[in-house]
Amino acid sequence: MKKIDLSQYRAEGATEAAIEDFSGFSAEDKERMLFAGIDVDNPSQSGAFMHLNHSGVHCKAQQEGLEVMDIKEALEKFDGLPDYYWQLVDKDKDEFTKAADENLHGGYFIRAKAGAKITEPVQSCLFIDKAGISQNVHNIVVVEEGAELHIISGCATAHGAKESAHLGISEFYVHKGGKLTFTMIHNWSVDTAVRPRSAGVLEEDAVFLSNYVLLKPVKDLQMYPKLTLKGENSVARFNSVIVAPEGSYIDCGNRIEMQAPNTRAEIIARTLTTGGTIINRGYIGAESVPARGHLECKGLILGGGRIHAIPELDSDQDGVELSHEAAVGKIAQEEIEYLMARGLDEDEATSTIVRGFLNVEMEGLPKELQQAIEKQIDELDASDAM
Amino acid sequence: MLEIKNLHVNIGDKEVLKGIDLIIEDGETFILFGPNGSGKTTLLMTLMGFGNYTVTEGQIIYKGQDITYAPMYERARLGIGMSFQRPPTIHGLKTGHLVKMCGQGREVDVEGLAKKVNFSSFLERDINAGFSGGEIKRSEMLQLMAQRPDLVLFDEPESGVDLENMALIGKTARNLLDGLVEGCTMKKAMKRSNTSGLIITHTGHILEYVNADRGQVMYNGKLCCEANPRDILDHISKHGYQECLRCLSAETGEILDLSSFNEAS
Repeated sequence: MKKIDLSQYRAEGATEAAIEDFSGFSAEDKERMLFAGIDVDNPSQSGAFMHLNHSGVHCKAQQEGLEVMDIKEALEKFDGLPDYYWQLVDKDKDEFTKAADENLHGGYFIRAKAGAKITEPVQSCLFIDKAGISQNVHNIVVVEEGAELHIISGCATAHGAKESAHLGISEFYVHKGGKLTFTMIHNWSVDTAVRPRSAGVLEEDAVFLSNYVLLKPVKDLQMYPKLTLKGENSVARFNSVIVAPEGSYIDCGNRIEMQAPNTRAEIIARTLTTGGTIINRGYIGAESVPARGHLECKGLILGGGRIHAIPELDSDQDGVELSHEAAVGKIAQEEIEYLMARGLDEDEATSTIVRGFLNVEMEGLPKELQQAIEKQIDELDASDAM
Repeated sequence: MLEIKNLHVNIGDKEVLKGIDLIIEDGETFILFGPNGSGKTTLLMTLMGFGNYTVTEGQIIYKGQDITYAPMYERARLGIGMSFQRPPTIHGLKTGHLVKMCGQGREVDVEGLAKKVNFSSFLERDINAGFSGGEIKRSEMLQLMAQRPDLVLFDEPESGVDLENMALIGKTARNLLDGLVEGCTMKKAMKRSNTSGLIITHTGHILEYVNADRGQVMYNGKLCCEANPRDILDHISKHGYQECLRCLSAETGEILDLSSFNEAS
C-alpha cells in the first residue's frame, strides 16, 4: 500500500448549495453518475441521496418506513446516534478515520423501520467535481427488525476533478430478521485516492448481500470491509467485480467473522488486470458451529499487471465447514478455440470469455444499472489490452 | 467440397498423420473408422485448424480454397463446423447466447432450435457447465444447427449417449447433413443437399441414422481400405482391427501390430 498524504488535499471550502433538480448536471456528469449506479433522470421511487464535494445536496425519502437523512442532521436529531455512530469502526484506526472524525463533511443516514419492505433501491451518490479536495463522509445504514432495504451507493468523480481523495466511513446494522442488499459502484479517476472504512453487524436471521463493482481506473484504493455475524442463522455474501487498468492500484477484500451457530458466509471476487495491481484479500473466520463459509477469488491477467490473491480461513471449531477456491491465470486457449470454431475471431472470443468471467450474478439490480455495467464491460473489450 | 492432399501433421515432435489423401464431394457423408490412437481425431482437429496440430506437408483445399494455414474462425466462417467431444466449460457464457453467436450475424431462432433437441431448459445455463455426455451432444448439435455449416465434422457422435438420446442425435445429424425439413415434399427431399459430413465412429450406431456414402479405415496415420461404411463395420465387428492390420501389412510390406499405436488422440 502506498502512502497517501492527506495534507495534499483541501478538506475545506467546497461547500455546495442544495440541489432539488438534477437536470442541471452536464450530460457527461450524468453519465459518470449512471456508471456509478445513479440514474438522475429516473430518480428512485423509494429514496435518494446526494453528497457533492463537501456538502449533502439532496435528500429524499418517499416511502413509509424509510428514512434518508444527511448524517449531520441525523446526529443532531437523534442525539449523536449513540447506538450507531462510530460503534463498528474505530475512529482512531488510522489517519483516514481520524480525518473523517475531525472534519466530517456529511454522508447519509438511511434507516428502514421495523417491518418496512423497501423493495426499490434507494439511490445514493457521493460525487466529487472539484480538483484537489478530500471528501470525508460517514454513512450509517440501519435495517430494523424484519425490514428489507436495498441501497445502490455510487461514488464518482467528475471529469475535471483531478487529484481528489475520498474517505468514507460506513457502518451497517442489520437487526433481527432484516435484509440488506448493498450495491456499491465506484467510478473514480486515474488520480483519485480512495480509503473507505466499513463494517457491519448482523443479528439473528439477518441477511446482508453486498455487491461491489469497480470497472474504471483508480489511482489508489484500499478497503477491507468487515461483517460480523453475531446472530444465529445470519447470512452474509459479498460479490465483487474488480478491473484494474494500467495505473490502478487496488488493495481490497472482504472479511466475515461468524460468531454464532448456523451462520453462512460467502465471498466471491472476480478480478481482472490489464496492467494494474490488485491485491485481493478474503477472510472467513468461524468461532461457532455449525458454520459454513466459502471464499472464491479468481483473477485473470490480460496484458500485464499483477494479482495477489490472499484467501484466509480461520477456525478453532470442530465440525466447521470452510472452503476456498483461488486461481490466478490467463484465459484457457481451449476456450478461445472453442469459440473460434464457431466463427468468432480471437479478439471476439477473448472478450466473450472475459465478459462471462466478470458476469457475477448480482441480485436485484435495476435494468438501467445492469445495462450500464454491461456497457462498461463491453467498453473494456474495445481497449487494446484485450 | 473438401480435398486433402498428402497431409502430414505433427503434434509436438511426433508425426501423427503420415500422408492423408481424401476427397469428399458436395453432399457426401464420409465415415472414418480406426483403432484408438490411429489419428482420426487429429485429422478432424487439423481440418478445423486447432493450434496444437502442425501441418508439415500437404494441403487442405476447401471449396477450392487453400485453407491449410487459415485461422480457425475463417474456416468456421467459410462453413466448416465441428461437434466437440469434450468441449470446455465457459463460466458466465449462457448456452443460448453462444447459440445465437453461432449464427455469425444471421438471425437465429434459438428457442425454436432448442426445442428440436429438447434443450430449452439449458439455454440460461453456462455452456457445458455440469452437462452430461448426452447433454453435451445435444448442445453441440444445437450450436451446429445455428451455425448451418456446409461441412460438418462429427467426432464420435454416439459416445456417452444413451439409446433414447442416440435417436435424437442421429435424427438431428441427419437433418443437418440432408437439410431435410419435416413435412417437406418428396420433390424437395429428392434434391440432395450440398452439406457434406466427415464422421468418426467406433460403434457405427450413427450409420443407422445418416446416409453415409463412403468409409475408410485409418491406421497409424494413414488411410486405407475404402469401402461402403456398413461393410467396413461388419468386417471390423467380425474380425476386429487385427484382421485389417494383417491386410495392411500385406499391402505395404510393413509389420504392424496394435501395440505400436500410442494414444495420440
